Amino acid sequence: MDWDKLVQLLVAGATAGSVYALVALGFTMVYGILKLLNLAHGDVLMVGAFIGWGVLGWLGGAQDPSVAVWLLVVLMLMAAMAGCGFLGVAIERFAYRPLRRAPRIAPLISALGVSFFIQNSVLLLFGADFRSYDSFDLVDVGVGVHWGPLNVWIIRLVVMGSALAMMLGLWLLVTRSKLGKAMRATAVDREAAAMMGIDVDRVIVKTFFIGSALAGAAGVLVGLVFGQINHFMGFNYGLKGFTAAVVGGIGSIPGAMLGGLLIGLAEALSVGYIEDLTRGRLGSAFSDLVVFLILIVFMLVRPQGILGKPEVKKV
Amino acid sequence: MTDPPPENPRIGVDEWVASADERRARSLGARVEDVFNRAPPVAKLLALTLPFAVYPLVVDSDYLMQVGVDTLLYVLLALGLNVAVGWVGLLDLGYVAFFGIGAYMYAALASPYAGRYWEAQFAIPLIALTVAVVGLVVGLPSRRLSGDYLAIVTLFFLQLYLVVLVNSEFTRGPNGISDIYPLKFFGQQVASVDGFYYVALAAVVFVVWALYLVNESRTGRAWRALREDELAAELMTMPVDRLKLLAFAIGAGVAGTAGAIFAPVQGAVFPASFDIVLLITVYAMVVLGGAGSLLGVTVGAVLINASLEALRSPEDASWLFYGAVVVTIVVLARPWWRGPAVLGGTIVFGLVVHELAEQLRPSLVEGTTFGQARIDDAVDSWVLLPEGIVTPDGLPAGALGKVAYIGLVAAVLGLTLIRSPVLRMIGLVPVLYLTACVWENLLVAQPAVARFILLGAMLVALMAYRPQGLLGKKRVEFA
Repeated sequence: MDWDKLVQLLVAGATAGSVYALVALGFTMVYGILKLLNLAHGDVLMVGAFIGWGVLGWLGGAQDPSVAVWLLVVLMLMAAMAGCGFLGVAIERFAYRPLRRAPRIAPLISALGVSFFIQNSVLLLFGADFRSYDSFDLVDVGVGVHWGPLNVWIIRLVVMGSALAMMLGLWLLVTRSKLGKAMRATAVDREAAAMMGIDVDRVIVKTFFIGSALAGAAGVLVGLVFGQINHFMGFNYGLKGFTAAVVGGIGSIPGAMLGGLLIGLAEALSVGYIEDLTRGRLGSAFSDLVVFLILIVFMLVRPQGILGKPEVKKV
Repeated sequence: MTDPPPENPRIGVDEWVASADERRARSLGARVEDVFNRAPPVAKLLALTLPFAVYPLVVDSDYLMQVGVDTLLYVLLALGLNVAVGWVGLLDLGYVAFFGIGAYMYAALASPYAGRYWEAQFAIPLIALTVAVVGLVVGLPSRRLSGDYLAIVTLFFLQLYLVVLVNSEFTRGPNGISDIYPLKFFGQQVASVDGFYYVALAAVVFVVWALYLVNESRTGRAWRALREDELAAELMTMPVDRLKLLAFAIGAGVAGTAGAIFAPVQGAVFPASFDIVLLITVYAMVVLGGAGSLLGVTVGAVLINASLEALRSPEDASWLFYGAVVVTIVVLARPWWRGPAVLGGTIVFGLVVHELAEQLRPSLVEGTTFGQARIDDAVDSWVLLPEGIVTPDGLPAGALGKVAYIGLVAAVLGLTLIRSPVLRMIGLVPVLYLTACVWENLLVAQPAVARFILLGAMLVALMAYRPQGLLGKKRVEFA
């Protein structure tokens, strides 16, 4: 047994998993409140990655940043979160709100259009080439934790730590604050919530802002840890985020975190071992197959996900 | 007892329904659809296929025939997608994977790589059937779940399908399979573009006919009931899960058929032909024409493919773009004089801005043209063409182009928020001018990207303002 490899894979899986969890959170919050599959969520992440990249370039680039590195990362996260938050609010306002009372398929098609629009707009403005964060120049790869077989680059720690902090903040917001109470009430029954004096539209807008801001942060984290971004990256992260949300239990916040971690680890382990296990017949690109199988198994065995409650049909 | 009896006692017609019908009778698209619906089935089929049958007699270039073949294949794809999306209301995001499987299956049945040459009369039905079964299997895991889960499963299926195509050896990865044999019916090879056209046309006629019969049958009615209210349909003892799977499988089968014709027409299959771009294009066709209407999706497919084709060359693209803008404004403006007023205002506004820019910041109008893109010198002296705004490959060089594009999107969105019609009309003038500037400077430089941006924007706008599309029936949702 190659312990070094296993540990490295687990670290990589946890890193990717915390990004998936952030995506899944935004997705699951919106789904909980609007019962709407926000297919454009992955593209919001992509825009966040580009905003972070823009801030990085504006502040001197990775080789020669004009501010301290920690401040730079914080600024990139803040800018991406703010920008994506407003992008999410705009998407809600213009693509979804007119369709509140439309047949269920209408907002989904609208979401497809939004996703396509955003992708191609970025393609128009930035081109199809991969853009690099050059994070190895930003922080040397040797900096980090070295403890036995555990070698973790500090950027990975930052990614996991900030993702965890954001999830914790969200958890506190949803369970402790007045807005969180309003969000939960709206998720249970929108009409009843409105009758209790909750401004449902504002709650929805805030939900979109928070969810999209998390996706924007995830975009910057992806750029930092994997280095490369392009206009199509949102598709993969959106897909894995959706899967994580479904596996964890759609509508449940701890479920989204758990699902994200599970998907990230499953993906990393299958990348590492699928070639050995199938004696070289399937390459590491087939890790998606494993994730897909997990999704299918959950759909068949436990459609409500790990922490979700079974869906009750209301008449 | 003093009320006089109504002049036309309409027995069994609800007042609300009657008023809705009346409103409907006023719109041209709806009237066309009504006439079409009342016609006998054979006449419907003729009306649908006659234009396609006449097309080869009118055009005489190979390029246009090729466009015709593509259009027919798109019509097939749109018809198949309409089953799941239009009739049952399921979001099938893996649809193009079924198309791709059909194409690859044909390549596996008739190519030197496979070492076989099956005749098409056996290959095509076999492919349609197999792909339908694949569709059934893909739909299975979500049979008990709402349509949203189906969307995720199918989207993931598409992703997986692409991964397998690109990475596995038996499909030859990104190189694809080339030198696919042409279609052969009973020993007779179909090798010319005209031949392909007629084969595709025959497939369209057959599929339209079959779908028409299914839609008029018990199953078709059950589908529509299911679409309107799944719970109610289930309570009426309709086998909801089985109906969904059936629709899914039939759609997949049609896509497989289209793939089986696509592969020999192209002569080669590559993974890149079956991606999200194709998916969104087919969705746009179904939605634009009117989901749920056979005539609608056919019209949608023809319109979209023709526009996409025209948007390939910058010259035609500009004509199409300005034409579409003018037509949209003239058609949508109420009362009628507002349309010309806005257009006239825009032209004057543009001339004034151009003159001002020339006096104050000459660099704003001294730009060089991008290729052969400008439709006319008249436009050159009207829109702002800043110097060096795009790099040679058409990307915006500085911040100005990016800001202008994002500003345009924000301005268009902001315009939809203005309630007052007068203010909206006034606001439209600078927005139109900005649109023209962005078009001339950025979009025309990258027509391939511009057409997809327009497609995405069209989907969103259609859903917000006219979800029934051009020819569909408006549906009422009781929440």
